[in-house]
Amino acid sequence: MKLITAVVKPHRLDEIKEALQAFGVHGLTVTEASGYGRQRGHTEVYRGAEYTVDLVPKIRIEVLAEDDDAEQLIDVVVKAARTGKIGDGKVWSIPVDTAVRVRTGERGPDAL
Amino acid sequence: MAPAITLAAEAPKLSAANTGFMLICSALVLIMTPGLAFFYGGMVRVKSTLNMLMMSFISMGIVTILWVLYGFSLAFGTDKGSLIGWTSDFVGFTGIGKVELWPGYTIPVYVFATFQLMFAIITPALISGALADRVKFTAWSLFVALWATVVYFPVAHWVWGTGGWAFDLGVIDFAGGTAVHINAGAAALGVILVIGKRVGFKKDPMRPHSLPLVMLGCGLLWFGWFGFNAGSWLGNDDGVGALMFINTQIATAAAMLAWLAYEKIRHGAFTTLGAASGAVAGLVAITPSGGAVSPLGAIAVGAIAGVLCAMAVGLKYKFGYDDSLDVVGVHLVGGVAGSLLIGFFASGGGQSDATGVFYGDHSFDQLWKQCAGVFAVLAYSLVVSAILAFLIDKTIGMRVSEDEEIAGIDQAEHAETAYDFSGAGGGAARILPAPLADTATKKVDA
Repeated sequence: MKLITAVVKPHRLDEIKEALQAFGVHGLTVTEASGYGRQRGHTEVYRGAEYTVDLVPKIRIEVLAEDDDAEQLIDVVVKAARTGKIGDGKVWSIPVDTAVRVRTGERGPDAL
Repeated sequence: MAPAITLAAEAPKLSAANTGFMLICSALVLIMTPGLAFFYGGMVRVKSTLNMLMMSFISMGIVTILWVLYGFSLAFGTDKGSLIGWTSDFVGFTGIGKVELWPGYTIPVYVFATFQLMFAIITPALISGALADRVKFTAWSLFVALWATVVYFPVAHWVWGTGGWAFDLGVIDFAGGTAVHINAGAAALGVILVIGKRVGFKKDPMRPHSLPLVMLGCGLLWFGWFGFNAGSWLGNDDGVGALMFINTQIATAAAMLAWLAYEKIRHGAFTTLGAASGAVAGLVAITPSGGAVSPLGAIAVGAIAGVLCAMAVGLKYKFGYDDSLDVVGVHLVGGVAGSLLIGFFASGGGQSDATGVFYGDHSFDQLWKQCAGVFAVLAYSLVVSAILAFLIDKTIGMRVSEDEEIAGIDQAEHAETAYDFSGAGGGAARILPAPLADTATKKVDA
């Protein structure tokens, strides 16, 4: 199994959700996040004093996937998240040892 | 304050209209202090919001009591040597009859005393913006009491009291450019030079935590300022109060636009804080001058003050003094601008016949008088306020500890926080058990 994590622009959430549903993903976790990449943050001005705000608002989407689906799922997320402008975010995947459905105790792919 | 109207041959009678008008104006001036509290409160960080609010609110308590006990007597009692007043009947308001009129006017002494009290309340509160995040509440309260006594009451007497030296010299200060704004701005500078910078000044971002609160406060200030300014003629028999009212609106609008234009050119954005700050700068600048200039003059006063104050707020980073919320940049600079611009724009048609450089016989006479008033008050307030801060610092200490400052002064000084952000369920906070009965019994036993 793989855990696919996407840190992307908040306003792309709906598109990503729809794309994942269309792909057949049953569940996902969304967290509010903040951070920056190469482009850094933005500047705010208060009474002439400029402040650099490094951390910009992002959302973090986490999806568990079977190994065979992982690459394709990453492509789905990337396609839905892309606007072509700076700050579109990152998507990555990492291996997962175990997943358990709490209600039933099912393990592994059955738990997804 | 305006010179007495001496046209009437007979002694003035109580005017219900003027009395009612002045009672409303007094209430309007009072609401400026909570307005100021929100204006300042929104500009500090979350962790010191309540302390900022309280520094204004406490002035409504302390100064009111001092005013009744001796403040009114010191400021508006019979003149002693052009420097201070004293009338024993005013002490504790013991000898004031309820229908007794303020000499030369058509309003009761009580109404005049109340209106002037509201000015005495807001002036020390103005200073607090420079001291954000770092001053012990007891030290601040003591400072307010001492400062009102040795700085505000005497200066109010100089500028507005019959026999005060600035009043006699002909310094024009319609509603408090010198007595209120320069006085508070210079005091702020004096105190911060003694107490020093906030921890992290110029290193940590100290962004305002709530600009909506700032705008709300600014709105209340603008609203209340109509009472502050238009009420300062102490009646409305000859239209000078009405001129002041419209000039207040005009200069404020001009200053807000000027500040925003400056910002857009200089920094590329029209900021909310700039709009609020510009409005306050205009209000400050028209306060001394609004009775002396024409409505077109008010546009000039507002626009010039708006740009000057917008430029001045950057000085603290240049010179390295931590005027936290720009009391010096807005009130001192705005007050000086408004007071000196009278010397240029006084058109002779308002509160007095005095004309500035651009009007009448183009004389510099009024400008020199304005300079005398401005710089005397500035110097006196700066020096005495610094001395007071130094004495308090050496005795009970002015500042909270560095730990407390970093953790937030609200918790340390008021045992409260402004907002409850604990979203998670049980466990974020709990009610302490009530062992008080037990403990009390044990204490008695011991």
